[in-house]
Amino acid sequence: MKKNNASIPVHTASAMDFLPLSKLQELQLSRLKWTVQRAYDKVALFRDRMDKLGFVPNDLKSIDDIKNLPFTTKTDLRDNYPFGLFASPLEEIVRFHASSGTTGKPIVVAYTKEDIQDWATAILRSFAACGLHAGDIVQNAYGYGLFTGGLGAHYGAEALGAAVIPISGGNTERQIMIMKDFGVTAISCTPSYFVHIIDTAKDLGVDLRQLPLRAGVFGAEPWTEDMRHRIESESGIKAYDIYGLSEIMGPGIAMECVYQAGPHIFEDMFYPEVINPESGEVLPEGSEGELVLTTLCKRAMPMIRYRTRDITALTSQQCRCGRTLRRLKRINRRSDDMMIIRGVNVYPSQIEEALLKVEGTLPHYLIIIDRVKGLDVMEVQVEVTPEVFSDTIGAMEQLQAKISHFIAATVGIRPEVKLVAPKTIKRSEGKAKRVIDKRKL
Amino acid sequence: MKIKQLSIFLENKPGALIAPCSLLAKAGINIQTFSLADTREFGILRFVVKEWEKAQELLLQHGFTVRVTEICAIEVEDRPGGLVSILKVLEKAKVNVEYTYAFTAKYGGKGLILFRFDDVDRAIEALSKAGINVISTSELFKRLTENGN
Repeated sequence: MKKNNASIPVHTASAMDFLPLSKLQELQLSRLKWTVQRAYDKVALFRDRMDKLGFVPNDLKSIDDIKNLPFTTKTDLRDNYPFGLFASPLEEIVRFHASSGTTGKPIVVAYTKEDIQDWATAILRSFAACGLHAGDIVQNAYGYGLFTGGLGAHYGAEALGAAVIPISGGNTERQIMIMKDFGVTAISCTPSYFVHIIDTAKDLGVDLRQLPLRAGVFGAEPWTEDMRHRIESESGIKAYDIYGLSEIMGPGIAMECVYQAGPHIFEDMFYPEVINPESGEVLPEGSEGELVLTTLCKRAMPMIRYRTRDITALTSQQCRCGRTLRRLKRINRRSDDMMIIRGVNVYPSQIEEALLKVEGTLPHYLIIIDRVKGLDVMEVQVEVTPEVFSDTIGAMEQLQAKISHFIAATVGIRPEVKLVAPKTIKRSEGKAKRVIDKRKL
Repeated sequence: MKIKQLSIFLENKPGALIAPCSLLAKAGINIQTFSLADTREFGILRFVVKEWEKAQELLLQHGFTVRVTEICAIEVEDRPGGLVSILKVLEKAKVNVEYTYAFTAKYGGKGLILFRFDDVDRAIEALSKAGINVISTSELFKRLTENGN
């Protein structure tokens, strides 16, 4: 049932993915100059910061001069809530999006008509990069609304000429029915939601491997290579990593090609750097650090050296697909997600890696951190799947010990592993919530 | 010779046991015998029912983690040393007993004990050779029916 698309010609919009390097760099410099001038002229925050550093937009002679520009952080967006960083007057703004804002005010972003078109093109190129094309039926299960995922993917898939099902997140049984009845060929959603779809399909007796579904465009949360293998083997699709964040545009900043070798950054639109998160110094290619992005086309809300808090590395090694765009190393942790437990830095993705090493454990888990008598304790709740369930207590205790051992070996802290009944951990239809921190610090 | 046993994973908290039991009750499935193993945090409910496939399906549909295990129902003489004679055979055959539980009813003066072995086939072979009666599924349910279960 699964069709191979290796022979499908690339979409014309994808031509930009293959620009000769010199052309690309030329374009980057001219667009950077335009962006910095615009930011300086129209946004007080950028002008004040550049003035303070004695930087004038004309100082930009080469792309490397970008390192002399000041950083922008999430706090800047909060402090300028809601419209303080806009470079376009309200009459030119056609769309707002906002972050979910778990604490305090959300982060607001805005788009002009041209921005919306550029964004759709970025996502068109993303979908095209993993072999999708007109004729594909795309089930868009990203949440529609203030979150950029839903509408972003929607416009991109339409621009590609695919038939979009704007189903949004949730109502998983209906998702599976439609997937089956419409002959859906691609799905876009968070990877954790797709795992939930896999589980629900199993419960319903639907074998996803028998459906025409062949590609998943997964993003909006960090995930691991192991999770990709699991998704692919259990659903028979190819799982592609799409990267983005609302502050820059939304999804579609980088996307994997059919070779699944890390997301290619659409560098003609977004300029990437990797820095040492402590010193702010730009790191050489291949070194791991915090990703910093500068928009090159954005009008309503240009971003200069925005600190993404995502930890990754850049590579310009030639990809088999022939794209000249550099690639990101898989982002499976954000400095935001970092927990400090007994002074040790722990990322949820590390727990996930450890869990996946224990055969048969699907990543439904919850990390609960608490402080008991002045000492941090980490409890990891793991749902018992039929694959690991045994009728003997001994085997179950062994499973517990094994999970605890693998986590301790990965993160250096021995957790309390609690086996819980299936479906007791709350499922997310968007970004999964993996950590509950009960410590009152 | 092997009996199908269902096991389900339960969290060790008030009310956890009632959910699967009432599910079976509503479907008119009678639990012939059961045992509950527990730790501080979780428990495993193991039981024998005649319509095990129907029960499994039902429990799966309701989100329980279910496992089917093959166990043996062994006839035990109701006298001192009745159990020992069986255990001796198993020891000689180097079969490990994971756990046991029993049927409350007697049949012809003999008891019926369920055994979970690490190697069920080796156990059956050794027990049969020693002339110990390992009851088949049809025989088991025939006896239970005759006893009014």
